[in-house]
Parts: sequence; C-alpha cells; structure tokens
Amino acid sequence: MIDIIDFKGWILVIIQTWMFVFLAPLLVGWLTWLKCHLQNRSAPSLFQPYKNLWRLFHKDVLLPKHASLIFRMTPYIIAGVMLIAASIIPLFVVRMPSSATADVIVLVGFFALAKFFQSLAAMDIGTAFGGMGASREMTVSALAEPAMLMAVFTLAMVAGSTNLSTVVETIISQGLVLRPSLLFAFAGLVLVAIAETGRIPVDNPSTHLELTMIHEAMVLEYSGRMLALIEWSSMTKLMVYGVLICNVFFPWGIAQHHDLYSMFIGFVAVGFKLMLLAVCLVVAETLLAKMRLFRVPIFLSLAFTLSLLGLLSYIILEVG
Amino acid sequence: MNIMLLTLSEQAILLLAGLVLFTSFSLLAQPRIVAAIRTFAWQGLLLSIVTVMVAIDTGLHHLYISALLTLLMKAIFIPWLLHRLVHKMEFQREQDILHHPVLVLLAGGILVIFCYSIALPIKQLSNSVTQPIIALSMSMVMLGMLMLITRHKAVSQVIGFMAMENGLFFAGVSATHGMPMIVELGIAFDVFVAAIIFGVFFFHIKDSFDSLDVDHLSSLSESDS
Repeated sequence: MIDIIDFKGWILVIIQTWMFVFLAPLLVGWLTWLKCHLQNRSAPSLFQPYKNLWRLFHKDVLLPKHASLIFRMTPYIIAGVMLIAASIIPLFVVRMPSSATADVIVLVGFFALAKFFQSLAAMDIGTAFGGMGASREMTVSALAEPAMLMAVFTLAMVAGSTNLSTVVETIISQGLVLRPSLLFAFAGLVLVAIAETGRIPVDNPSTHLELTMIHEAMVLEYSGRMLALIEWSSMTKLMVYGVLICNVFFPWGIAQHHDLYSMFIGFVAVGFKLMLLAVCLVVAETLLAKMRLFRVPIFLSLAFTLSLLGLLSYIILEVG
Repeated sequence: MNIMLLTLSEQAILLLAGLVLFTSFSLLAQPRIVAAIRTFAWQGLLLSIVTVMVAIDTGLHHLYISALLTLLMKAIFIPWLLHRLVHKMEFQREQDILHHPVLVLLAGGILVIFCYSIALPIKQLSNSVTQPIIALSMSMVMLGMLMLITRHKAVSQVIGFMAMENGLFFAGVSATHGMPMIVELGIAFDVFVAAIIFGVFFFHIKDSFDSLDVDHLSSLSESDS
C-alpha cells in the first residue's frame, strides 16, 4: 500500500509535476521540429513553444464585451485540472503518494471536466465559431470517452487495479507476456489520444481553417495570458496522453525505488520513449490526410471496437 | 487457462489469433473494395502463420500442408483473382454502401460475446493451447455472415463468404488440429472452383445491370425499363 503521509514522496510529486508541465512545450517543439524536417521545411527552434508562451503571457488580455464569469474562469480551471492530471501520472517513478489519491477513471473525469468548461466558455460569447467548435468537441469526446474507458477497463482487468501506479508495477513484474488484450487496448488508446489531443486525422493543430477546426474554434476569443494558459494546457494534455501510453504499455525503465540513480534511469527512459512515440506520431501525421468531420465517428467507433476486442480477448483468450 | 502459464510461442499463437479476429472486424467496416480484398489477403496470411505455429507447437506435420494450402489459396490466389476482376471491370474506386457502420461493428461485438457463450461447453472437451481460439473462429464465421447480410456489392459478399470459410478452417485447426487431408483437399478445391465461378458471375451481373449491386437482381426485368 502506498503511504499517503510521506513528506519525501510529496516533494517528489511536486518536482515531477513541474517537470511534466515545463517539459510539455519541449515535446511539442520536438514534434514540430521533426515534422518540418520530414516535410522538407525549415524548422523553428526546439524552444519556439516556450517563446510563444512567453510572448502571450506578456500581452494584455482583451475580453469580449459580453463575457461572463465562466469565460474568465475557464483558462484557470483547465490549467488547474491539467496540473492535477499531470501529478497523478507516473512520469519516471512509480508508487508516489499522489497516485494513491486518484486512479485512471478519475483522470478520465478530469479530462471531461476540462472539456465541459472549455465548451461552456466557447458558447458563452455567442459567436458562431464558438458554438460550432463546442458542438464538434462534444461530438468527438462523447464518442472517445467510452472507447477510452473500455481500454482502461481492459488494463484494470489485466492488472487487477485501476490505480495507474499499480498497473505499471504489475505489468513490469509480469515480464514479457504477449497479451492480445494489451495490444488491442494500446491501439484503441492511441486512436483515442489522437482524437482527444486534436492531432491530424481528426483535427489539424496548425491551421485555423473555419470549416474543419475543432479545438481552435473554441479558443478563438481568448487572448493574452488566458490564451497562453489554454495553449499550455493542451500541450500538457498531449504530454499526459504520451506518458500514459509509454509508461503503461512499455513500462520498462521506470524507477521503482525512490533513489537518485534509478530515478535518473527512469527519466532517461521516459524521455527516450516519448521521443520515439513522437517520431511515430509525426510519420503517421505526414502520411495521413485529415479526414472529413463526418468520418470522425467511424474513426472513433474503430477505437471503441479495438478497446472492446481488448476486453473480449482478455476474457476469451487469457483467462477463459 | 491463464496466459502467464503458457510459453512465449503459445502466447504468440493467441496474439495472432486475436489479430485474425481483428481483420474480420476491419473487413466488416471497410467500404472500399480494393482495401477489403487486401485485408482479406492479410487474414489468409495470418491464418497460415497461426497454422504453422500450431503445427510447430503440437508437432503435427499434416498441419504444414494445410498452412501451405491456405497461404496459396487464401492469401495469394483468391485475392489476386479478385484484384484482377476488379481491375478488368474498372471497379478500383468502387465503394460499397455501408448504411450504419457503427451499428454493424457493435453487432459484431455482440456476436463475439454470443459465440463465446456458445463455445464454453465445447472448450471443456479439449485441453490444448488452441482451445480458447474455438470461440474466435466461430465468431469469424458469424462475422462473415454479418458481412454477407450487410453488403450490397457482389464482390464484398464473396469476400464475406470466403471469410466465413476462413473461420471454418480456423475452427478445424483450433478444435481438432485440422481435418483429415482428403476433406481439406476437397474444401480447397471447392473454394478454388467457387472463386472462378464467382468471377464468371460477376461478369454476367455486370453485363446485365451495369453494376455489381445485387439489389438489382431482385427487381423484375419487365417492371423497370
């Protein structure tokens, strides 16, 4: 059992959470850099996302005339939710006191909370784009959430727990077992992550084309530090999904003891895994074209089918 | 049977069996005919790999011949024949109409659960690595049937039919480690002839209706001019 009142552990939690949040723009910078090189364009520096955030934090906030309290609160709520989400995911060390407080279903709930407020804020102003973006976001997330929960249940059945730290430890302790269920859950979760973080076949993060944008349509009215917080949160969200996929399905290297050497190894391992994951993501984004909005439900139903197959193959093939 | 107690190659058999089931699902959801033919070829390839691995695991040599037959028929000959027909009739860009793809996929999931519950008593009888696969192979038959029902184009119906046959073969391999050689050869020959006859029928349907949509077959020729 993880000890909740553990002073050293809580310091580790704080360090890990801030590393999570401050390294998220670097991951996005690395993605952009890779993508530019793969597409024969000249790439911006790896630290460009930090510079963008810095610039936005120093600009004035322009609020729309009819903005209500919800519109002003939303960036802080989203940023807070992402901060908490980052604190419960094991980045380079497991068995932390914060992971005893929340499991992966709570994590899904946090994401839903952030999306709920973001959509409310988008509709708050009453512009056409805000409402459109909110409606699209809700369509996507209503279909993505069951798929994600199915994948989570598969993991929970394999590991016998919904606590992320326990899941990671169980999967490491079992060694190399070829599990069909984990393969399907992995594929399902990757598709959900692509849809939820607005990467290419579902949404294009680098354009503001009004006919197709989902996430960008909702944040059009934000400016200054509010926009910076929202952008930063969506970078953190990408990082959260990346670390979740890396550490749950390929947990090797993560530190199981709280000593400096194994934590250093864990940090290097997770950095390497994230870099590799980014390469795969960028290759997929370069090869695929963005699909029509009406094909997105079919894409997500594929994700749901994969997660369901994971659950079924656990029951049929692995314990049956 | 707990997967942790199996050896790595036996785990790989189960993993590949899961992938074979996944190809059945992707056939169900794939509206493009050329892509469906390619998926069908992948299914045949995976099936023959699983058969080879079962042969290695159990030491039954006749399974190598079944695997070779599957590879030649299901992974190479029939996909090649269908590809050639589709190119000859200039149907490369053709798409089948899928009315409710999401509902069809969900129905597929329900069919898998149904087959699992049906196969539970059968599994008591056998005690090998392949016993959990019996439920999967039965659901492949069911999914092929579902594909036959939901599709309108003759080519995708033929693919559904062949996928059903794949499921039956898989059931044979998993439940009784293959059928007697004479039966297997007979089935292979049947499938071979069926594929050729289907090809001839495609041309007839296309000549008469200028489309491969089998819905045209049910309308009387006098009623529409």
